[in-house]
Amino acid sequence: MLRGLDLQVEEGATAILGPSGCGKSTLLRLLNRLADPDEGVVRFRGGDVRELNPLELRRRVVLVPQLPAPVPGSVAENVVYGPSLQGREVDVDQPLLLAGLDPSFRGRDAAKLSVGEQQRLMLARALALEPEVLLLDEPTAALDERAKAGVEQTLRELANRGDLSMVLVTHDRPQAERLAGRIVRMEEGRVVKDETPAERQLSEVPREAS
Amino acid sequence: MSTVSISLGEVAASLALVAIAAAVSLWRRAGLELDIGVAVLRSFLQLVAVGYVIQAIFDSDSLWLVALLLVVMVAFGSATARGRASAVPRALGPIVFALSVAAAVTLGLVLALGVFAAEPRYLVPVGGMVIGNAMTATAVALNRLADEVHDGRGQIEASLALGATSRQASQRLVTRSLRSGMIPLIDSTKTTGVVFFPGTMVGMLIAGADPVDAVRLQLVLLWVLLGSVALASLIAVALGARGFFTPAHQLRE
Repeated sequence: MLRGLDLQVEEGATAILGPSGCGKSTLLRLLNRLADPDEGVVRFRGGDVRELNPLELRRRVVLVPQLPAPVPGSVAENVVYGPSLQGREVDVDQPLLLAGLDPSFRGRDAAKLSVGEQQRLMLARALALEPEVLLLDEPTAALDERAKAGVEQTLRELANRGDLSMVLVTHDRPQAERLAGRIVRMEEGRVVKDETPAERQLSEVPREAS
Repeated sequence: MSTVSISLGEVAASLALVAIAAAVSLWRRAGLELDIGVAVLRSFLQLVAVGYVIQAIFDSDSLWLVALLLVVMVAFGSATARGRASAVPRALGPIVFALSVAAAVTLGLVLALGVFAAEPRYLVPVGGMVIGNAMTATAVALNRLADEVHDGRGQIEASLALGATSRQASQRLVTRSLRSGMIPLIDSTKTTGVVFFPGTMVGMLIAGADPVDAVRLQLVLLWVLLGSVALASLIAVALGARGFFTPAHQLRE
């Protein structure tokens, strides 16, 4: 899936842009060790991820899946799910507010929310773990235009807080530009272009990365 | 109790009913004639062979030979269940363990409680029955588990991504699979005597036993079976579920 990939992700928001099947979702799964590469090393803050406790890594680097997959039960049960796996209790309202859901949603059945609301719930559930990095796999792919704009607004607000880095996978270039400072373009398992905002302003012409 | 004696000619005469089955298959073009033939031949050869084996074991009155026969049954039962639950990775170990524990615990219990004497004529048929039912239940439960994991990949990975252990992430599926392995036996136990007569009772009644004796023995066997099947299913799905995950709590491809 991925070949000869060499990529360093800094703090802040980074978008991985590319057509479907280019390996960008696989890349996300390597970052929190839902999968391991056949060859090569993935490092987090300088250390080989295989030397970290995978459960602890996944609480620090949390993946929000492409399709909402709430656990059966209420909104509140979903928000506390991650921390409860370790026997921790957390406030429900704070993550809901951060994810743009009104706390009055607490008691609603997660399965009966709209897809847009479920995607926000997935976000709230991830935020309840107070992660250092959010991995977002096509966070708006299942949403209509209005819900998409709302979720993007929420993600921008989260990115601006400064204490949370994001790696966003998308096939939507305008979205990548709206949400991320740095855009990494992938094709067929490799990085073909890597640009920071300054470079984007200087040249509109695509430039191949060496 | 009078014994029933059936001549070889009488056994052969019952093949007339097989002919009906084959005729139905031919008429409706079900294409089962060959399978029916193979089934008849295999049942004949296997039962005759096992008849001689059991005769030899009864004559020797050796518990070692009983144990050996049970080991062979566990091996065959495990291979069969493994074949049916082929979508479960690394399932053989859990199945062998599940069937062995089911046989050992239930036989140990009926001996300890004094329900049966430690004689080949009790241990062989009861052991065979326990292993056979445990085999079916573990195969059903593991098959269901494979389906659940296949359909629930998104859910499982979403849980793992929040720091769930593979055990926490698969808990719900394991419970559902366990249920599907046990429900057929629970249902047949519920309807026993109303909708169908279990084999032991049928055999004893035909052989001329007192119906109340037949019922008493049948109850013992039904309840032993319930316990052993529950135990085998639980062990098989709980251990079998681990085969889907790596030690780093990753769902295997």
